[in-house]
Amino acid sequence: MSKTIIRVENVSKAYRLGQIGSGTLSDDVKVWWAKARGKPNPLLKIGQEDHGNREGEYLWALNDVSFTVDEGTVLGIIGRNGAGKSTVLKILSRVTAPTSGYIKVKGRIASLLEVGTGFHPELTGRENIYLNGAILGMKRAEIDRKFDEILDFSEVEQFIDTPVKRYSSGMYVRLAFAVAAHLEPEILVVDEVLAVGDAEFQRKSLGKMGDVAQQGRTVLFVSHNMSSILRLTQETIVLDQGRLAMRAASPEAVDYYLSAGDAKAGERIWQKEEIPLDATPFRPVALRLLDRNGQTVETIRSVEPFSVEMEYYLDAPLTGLRIGIYLNSTRGEQVLTSFDTDDDARFEKFISRPAGHYFSRCEFPKDLLNGGRYVLGVNASSYRIRRYFMDEKALAFNVDTSGAPGKQWLEPRPGALRPRLEWKIETR
Amino acid sequence: MAENTRTKPDIEQTDPEKWDMIISPQRNLFDLRLRELWHARDLIMLFVRRDFVAVYKQTILGPLWYLIQPLLTTIVFTVIFGNIAKLPTDGLPSFLFYMSGTVIFTYFSSSLSKTSDTFTSNAGMFGKVYFPRLAVPVSILISNLIAFAIQFLFFLAFMLFFVLRGTPLHPNWWILFTPVLLLMMAGLGLGFGIIVSSLTTKYRDLRFLVQFGVTLLQYITPVIYPLSAMSPKYQALIRLNPLTSVVEAFRFAYLGSGSVDLLQLGYSFAIMVVAIAVGAVIFNRVEATFMDTV
Repeated sequence: MSKTIIRVENVSKAYRLGQIGSGTLSDDVKVWWAKARGKPNPLLKIGQEDHGNREGEYLWALNDVSFTVDEGTVLGIIGRNGAGKSTVLKILSRVTAPTSGYIKVKGRIASLLEVGTGFHPELTGRENIYLNGAILGMKRAEIDRKFDEILDFSEVEQFIDTPVKRYSSGMYVRLAFAVAAHLEPEILVVDEVLAVGDAEFQRKSLGKMGDVAQQGRTVLFVSHNMSSILRLTQETIVLDQGRLAMRAASPEAVDYYLSAGDAKAGERIWQKEEIPLDATPFRPVALRLLDRNGQTVETIRSVEPFSVEMEYYLDAPLTGLRIGIYLNSTRGEQVLTSFDTDDDARFEKFISRPAGHYFSRCEFPKDLLNGGRYVLGVNASSYRIRRYFMDEKALAFNVDTSGAPGKQWLEPRPGALRPRLEWKIETR
Repeated sequence: MAENTRTKPDIEQTDPEKWDMIISPQRNLFDLRLRELWHARDLIMLFVRRDFVAVYKQTILGPLWYLIQPLLTTIVFTVIFGNIAKLPTDGLPSFLFYMSGTVIFTYFSSSLSKTSDTFTSNAGMFGKVYFPRLAVPVSILISNLIAFAIQFLFFLAFMLFFVLRGTPLHPNWWILFTPVLLLMMAGLGLGFGIIVSSLTTKYRDLRFLVQFGVTLLQYITPVIYPLSAMSPKYQALIRLNPLTSVVEAFRFAYLGSGSVDLLQLGYSFAIMVVAIAVGAVIFNRVEATFMDTV
């Protein structure tokens, strides 16, 4: 019988927006005085809707979230940027305290919000293993015991007595992850630290995470990568704007997350309050999926061409801007990435764009995608300079394969692509 | 990582289940969670080691700096205050007089200025992982204690040198009181240090205040002059400084000049207790949510 090992009860967390520190002494006194009389914080506005004036306001990063975790569960936590995922992790790892509510825990929690916390560049690899291990909560004897194993996993044996400032970034990350991977708490809280190192090392790290889960330990795993969520977790929580939107078996939760959108089918329109303040001067309007007749549609036919259109304003001229779209399947496979200035000629022509109202439209040929559900992400950035705006899952759509090659057989066809390829059959 | 932290007794009583840890918005004001700190002793020692190993890497003189700092300070004091300003030194060789004051005062001042940076200079680490935050200031006290030990031996060597040359010095049984004096310096440094470090998470200007405040404090502590040389009016002011009695007692124990005033020491001890208590309360408050304001 499984027992509850973590119980999260009505946890909320408010962050103060705007300037912190100046002219707040009087606010501090007000809050303190209210608290001293047992009254609620007078500066918090519960469920506030107005995002227009953020100066000096509070934002609820988490709003009355409750859930429990049973022993041995690997629970995924997903949500858009700003949905409260990292806040949950921070509270669980005791980096910051909740504004209200409680979390009750049985056993030791170790958190991995980052690998290599506390690494000192001047210290050798060996010294840093001990230091980092202790910071993560290991006893010296415990590290002694696992030292060889850690060293082996890190693949940096020959440099172990070299200061880590001389390490390549890959070596640094491998050593850091090796320490983290050998923690043995009852509960492990993991952020997207798995996305480190080269592909080979990532595979190894994911494997190690899988092992941890199989040893019956409880893991809370936050990720943007739906395929690792599906691979590692049985159950997943979806957070949306600080609230618990759903909890379900992972495939179901991932589907919900990927297709949840308040837009009308085939179109994602960004409301004013959804646009981060630092996007300026880029102002997104909408991302649309258009069929061959230019109609906004939710389902396209694989045998017809279609296009994706991004509408936006530039409130000031921008240099080096590129609009990118990311096409992923709902299973987390990346299908393709494309930018509106990929083409050399267009790259030259649009080096800088004056302020104005823009449409970047991308045409897709017929016979490209396999049937199923896909997600479009969009990104506006200047290469290596700044990212203005990003929505990783702006729009979800379906592809219908009626008339596609191979439809005479009813069996499902794996893979994201279903091109009409030229076959030649010869007899000799 | 330890059990029973951030425990709220009233919650525990209403819940029949046994929980190892309860994360709550606030915790008990005076709960310093010393048990948790004790569990983190390996970490504390590794911090001490890190500070020791890392600080003098890529320097030419390395740990010799521990000796150069008090030596140069003492020489400067001897030249300026002893030879030029001709301040009295209670009949002691001015070199030993200044060195004794400098060595014990430095333990306090370096402890204070380093602990007062606890939150701001460790924000990166504190933002990613939890360990008892007090481990950092405590490790600073220990590193500084090692530095003090080195400088103290250096001071004893000079004492021996002067004795061999026939200077009359009068070390006495108060030497046995040294650990208590050190404890008081450590306590005062820790207490005021954590108060400042907690407040600097919100009000940054305090850091600058500490930087020159420590320098100014040295002038109202009998480091460069004996308490007895001051007029009664100034003596009263200087006695308000909790460091005064400690420095005077230290000098009396080793050199036989100055004074040991038990009442005065008791006053300093009381100030230390208050500073630590106030520091603990503020530190506890700040620790819970400082990541949101840093």
